[in-house]
Amino acid sequence: MDNAVSNSFVEARHLGKHVATREGVLTLLDDINFKIAAGTSVAILGASGSGKTTLLGLLAGLDTPSNGTVILNNNNLNDFDEDGRAMLRAELVGFVFQNFQLLFGLTALENVMLPLELAQLPHPRKKAEELLKRVGLGERMQHYPNQLSGGEQQRCAIARAFSMRPRILFADEPTGNLDSKTGKRIIDLLFELNAEQGTTLIMATHDAQISRLCDQLIHLEAGRIVEQVNSPGKGNSYE
Amino acid sequence: MNDLTPAGRQRRGAGFYWAMSWRMLWRDWRGGELNILAIGLVIAVTSITAVGFFTDRIERGLQMQSAELIAADLAVTSRRADVYDYIKEARQNDFQVATTQQFRSVVLGDDRPQLVEVKAVSEAYPLRGALRISDNAFGADETTGGIPSAGDVWVEARLLQMLDAGIGDSIKLGNSTFKIRKVLRYEPDRAGDLFSLAPRILMNIADLDATGLISTGALVNYRVLIAGERSSINSYHKLIENNLRAGEELVTFEQGRPELNTALRSAQQFLGLAALISVLLAGVAVASVANRFSVRHLGTSAMFRCLGASQNTIIQLFSLEMLWLSLIASSAGCILGMLTQFVITQLLDQLVLTQLPPPTFKAVLLGYATGILMLTGFALPPLLSLRHVPPLHVLRKDVTSRPVSSWLLYLAVVLCMSLLLYWQIGDLRLVATVTGGIVLTLAVLAVTAFLLIMLLNRLRGSAGVAWRFGLANISRRPAGSVIQIVAFGLGIMVMLLLSAVRSDLLNDWQASLPENAPNHFVINVQSDQLAAITDYFKAMGVANTRMYPMVRARLVEINGKKVSADDYESERARHLVTREFNLSWAESIQLDNELVAGPWWERDDFGKPLLSLEVKLADTLRLKLGDVASFDVNGTRLDFTVSNLRSVDWDSFNINFFTVVPPGVLEDKPASWVTSVYLDSEQRQKLGDLVRAFPNVTLIDVEVIMKRVRGIISRVSLAIEFIFLFTILAGLAVLFAAIQSKQDERRFESAVLRTLGASRKTLMLGLLAEFTTLGALSGLLAGLSATSLVWLLAEYVFKFNYQLDFTLALSGIVSGTIIVVIAGTLGTRSVLTNPPIKTLRQNTV
Repeated sequence: MDNAVSNSFVEARHLGKHVATREGVLTLLDDINFKIAAGTSVAILGASGSGKTTLLGLLAGLDTPSNGTVILNNNNLNDFDEDGRAMLRAELVGFVFQNFQLLFGLTALENVMLPLELAQLPHPRKKAEELLKRVGLGERMQHYPNQLSGGEQQRCAIARAFSMRPRILFADEPTGNLDSKTGKRIIDLLFELNAEQGTTLIMATHDAQISRLCDQLIHLEAGRIVEQVNSPGKGNSYE
Repeated sequence: MNDLTPAGRQRRGAGFYWAMSWRMLWRDWRGGELNILAIGLVIAVTSITAVGFFTDRIERGLQMQSAELIAADLAVTSRRADVYDYIKEARQNDFQVATTQQFRSVVLGDDRPQLVEVKAVSEAYPLRGALRISDNAFGADETTGGIPSAGDVWVEARLLQMLDAGIGDSIKLGNSTFKIRKVLRYEPDRAGDLFSLAPRILMNIADLDATGLISTGALVNYRVLIAGERSSINSYHKLIENNLRAGEELVTFEQGRPELNTALRSAQQFLGLAALISVLLAGVAVASVANRFSVRHLGTSAMFRCLGASQNTIIQLFSLEMLWLSLIASSAGCILGMLTQFVITQLLDQLVLTQLPPPTFKAVLLGYATGILMLTGFALPPLLSLRHVPPLHVLRKDVTSRPVSSWLLYLAVVLCMSLLLYWQIGDLRLVATVTGGIVLTLAVLAVTAFLLIMLLNRLRGSAGVAWRFGLANISRRPAGSVIQIVAFGLGIMVMLLLSAVRSDLLNDWQASLPENAPNHFVINVQSDQLAAITDYFKAMGVANTRMYPMVRARLVEINGKKVSADDYESERARHLVTREFNLSWAESIQLDNELVAGPWWERDDFGKPLLSLEVKLADTLRLKLGDVASFDVNGTRLDFTVSNLRSVDWDSFNINFFTVVPPGVLEDKPASWVTSVYLDSEQRQKLGDLVRAFPNVTLIDVEVIMKRVRGIISRVSLAIEFIFLFTILAGLAVLFAAIQSKQDERRFESAVLRTLGASRKTLMLGLLAEFTTLGALSGLLAGLSATSLVWLLAEYVFKFNYQLDFTLALSGIVSGTIIVVIAGTLGTRSVLTNPPIKTLRQNTV
C-alpha cells in the first residue's frame, strides 16, 4: 500500500470501483488519478452515470474503493475503518447534497445546530443563528424543511455544511434540484463562503458553466477521466 | 478548526449523550414519530401497575386473611405444654400473644353424654379475625370481641340439638359445671372435615385446671398465637421455623378455610390474565411501529455518520432516546396505574377483606421494569440496525443498511414476551406452553393470511377500479399485508376473547357457586329415617335431596403393618390415624372429582374390597395404588386395596368423601347418611321442627362462609371488567400501529396517483376496499382463533363447561371489518387531505 506523504490536500491514486451484477462485473470508476491542492475549487464534470457521485463518495470516505487509494490531508483512507473515516470526516469534511438531506423532523435552526451539537461545540444555537442569517434565512429559522422552498432548503444545507468550518467541502450537484436563477444564487453563496473560510471545494456537476468557475476541472465519462484542466475559465461568470 | 479532533472526541462524556438523546427525543416527539410507541408503553405500564398495585394489596390482604384463618399472624402448635416457652420470647418482642388448648372430651347435659371438641382460649383470642355468636340456634349472628367469661361456655348449635339443651342451661365438663351463654356460629381458625368433627365447646382457659381434664398423657393440642408488626413477625417466623423442637409445628393457613383462599386466587388469576393480555398487545403495537421508526431514521443515521458520528455514538444516542421514552412513558403509566388501582379498590370496597392494606411501591418497580423491558425487547432490535447504515446512503438511497435478521428480531420478541409472562405467571412450564401456543397461533394466522391474500389476488381481475386498486395494494406487498392482517387479527381476537370471557367465563365462575347452592349440611341421618327426611324436605319445598351413606371406620393397618401416630411426623397424618374415617360407597365418581391415578370401578367390581382415596390424603398417609388399607368397621376387620386416587374440589361446598368404596361392600354395616340442601330464610325458620322430629339429625350451616365467597366473586368480576378496558385500549393501539406501519407507502402512492389524475373519491374508495378486505380477513381469522382460545381457556385453565359457539367467528368478520375500516380511514385521513405536492416535496431525510 502506498503511504507516501503527498503535497496535495486530496489525492486519488489508481482509484477504481467495481460492483458485481447479474450480468457480470460493472465498472463504475477506473484508474482515476489526480491531486487537489488545499484551498482550491475543483469541479468534477460529467453526464448522469459517468461516476461523479461515486467518485465524490470515495473521496469523502463514504464508500471504499475496489482498488487504489484516496489520500486526504496526508491520511490514506484505506488505513481507516468506518469509524476512523467518520472521525476524519468530523475533523475535515462538510457536505452539500443535490437533495439537501435536511432532517425533516427538525427546524432549519435545529438542522444547522445538529453537527455543532454532535461535536459538543459551545453555543451551537448562537452560531447556527448567525449562519442562517448569513445565508438569508434569518426569518425562517423555526420553519421545517417542508415549509421551505428548494432554494431555501439548499441554503439551510449550506449553512449546516459551513457551521463546522470544514477544511474541505464536497458538493454533489448542489443546484441539480433548483431552477437556474435559484441555482445561481446558491453557487454564488457557496463560493462566497468558500472564499471566506478558505475551504477546499470539490463539486460534482453536469453543468459546464459552473465548472468554469472552479480552479480545476476533472471531466469524467463512463468512469474514466477524459480531461483534466487547471483554471478552466477563471474569471468567467455563471449566468 | 472545530473541536472534533480525536482528543475532543474523547472528552465527549456521558453528559453529552444524555443531553443529545434528550433533544432527539423531544424533536422526534414533536414530529409525531413517537406517539404510538409512547401510547403502547403507557397502556402496558398502566395495566401492569394497576393490577400490580391491586394484587400486591390483595396479596397482603390475603396474608391478613390467612392470618384470620389461623387467628394470628403466626401460630405454633404441639402436643406438649412446653410450646408455651414461646410466650415469654414473643412478649419480649412486643408481640401480642394468646393461647389455646384443644382436646376431645365428653360433656354431660341432663346426664346425656356427648363427645365434644373442647377449645379453651385465653384473653385476646382470636388475635386476627373475630368470633361470631348468636342467642339462639338459627337466629341472626353478630361479631364479638370477647371470649366466654369464667364459668360460661359458648357451644355450636348442633350440640344444643344433641343434648336437647338451650341457652342458659348447664352442662358438666370434667369436674366443673358451665352455663351455656351463647351459640358459637363462626370460629375463624376452625379447621378440618365438618362431618367428622364433634361439636365445639369454647371455654375460658382460666377454667381449665378446675375441670381436671388435663392430666399427663391426655391428648391435648397446645397452641401459641402470636401477632404483631409484619416485618418483625416475618423475621421471627424465619427464626422459629429453623429452630422448632421435636413435635412442634408452625400452623399454616392451608389448614384453615380453603374456600375463601381459592376464590381470591381465582380473582388474581383473572386480573393477571387481563393485564398480561394488555401488555402483550401493547408489545405488538410497540413492535409494529418500532420498525417504521427505524426505517424513518435511516437517513438521520446516515447523516450522523456523514457528520462524523461513530457507530457507537449512534447506537448510544438511539438507545438513550428509547430509555428516556421508556422512563417518561413508564412514569405516566405508573401514575395512571395508581389512579386506576384506586378505582378498582373502590369497586371492591365491600370485599371480604374488611380493609385492604395501603399500596406499596413494588408495583412501581414492576411498571418501570415492564416499560424498559418492552422497549428493549420489542423496539431496540430494529433500532440496532441503524448502526449499520452506510454513510453513502446520503448520496444513494439504494445503498441501505443490512436489515436486522428477522430471526434475531423474533427471538428478541419471544424472549421478552416469555420474560413478561414468567413475571406474571411464575410457572416456567406454563410460560413455555403459553409462549409456544402464541407463536404457533401467530404462525397459523400468518400462513392462513398469506394463502387468503394469494386467493384474493386471483379474484382481482373481476373487480371494479377501486376494488382492483385496494386488492392490488394488499397483494403487491404480501409480507407487509400478512403482518398487518396478523396484527389486526390479534387486536380483534383479544377484543372478541374479552367479550366471550366477560359474558361466559365470568358468568360460569359466578354460576360455580349459584345463589341456591346448598347452604346446609344434614348429617347423622339413620337408614330407617331416609324416606321420612326426604319427604320432610319435599314438604318444605326442597326437591331431589340426594343422600350419601357414611360408615365410620378406623384405619388399623397399612400393608399388614399396624398404624400408629408415631409413624408420622406431620400433625395432619397423626390426627388422621387417630380419628375415625367416613367410608362412603358410590357407583360412579362424583362430577367435581377428577381421577388422578388408577381407574374408577366397573359394574363387575361391585362387591370387591376396593378403595378410592382423595389424593392429598393418600400423600399424607403415604398410601399408593395397590396398597392394602385395613379398617376396623364396627368390630370387623376389612382389607381394602387402593384402586384409584381422586382430586376433590373442596371449595365447591358439595358433599365429598376422602374414602369411597364400591357398592355391595358396606351395605350390611351400620351407616348414617348425609345430604346438603339449600334453604331460604323462610325455610330456615322451620328447622326447629325438623330437629324436634328427628333429634339425632345434625344440621351444619355454611351460609355465612358462602356469602363471603360469593361477595368476592361478584366484586372481582366488576374489577376485571374495568381492567379489560385497558386491554381494549391496547387492542386499538395495535390497530393504529398496524395502520401506521404502512402509512408512508400509502401516502406516497396516493400522492403519485393523484398527480396521475386519480380523484380523491377514487383513492378513498380504493382505501376503503383495502381496509374492508383487510378487516374481513383479520376478523375471520380472529373469530376462529378466539373461538378456539375461549374453548381452551374454559376447558383447561378455568375448568368451566363451555359450548363451542361459531357466532363468535361471524361477529369477528363483522366487527373486524367495521373497526378496521373506521380505524383505517381515521388513520389515513391525512393521506387524502394532504396536497400531493406536500408529500412529493418532502424530499428530505
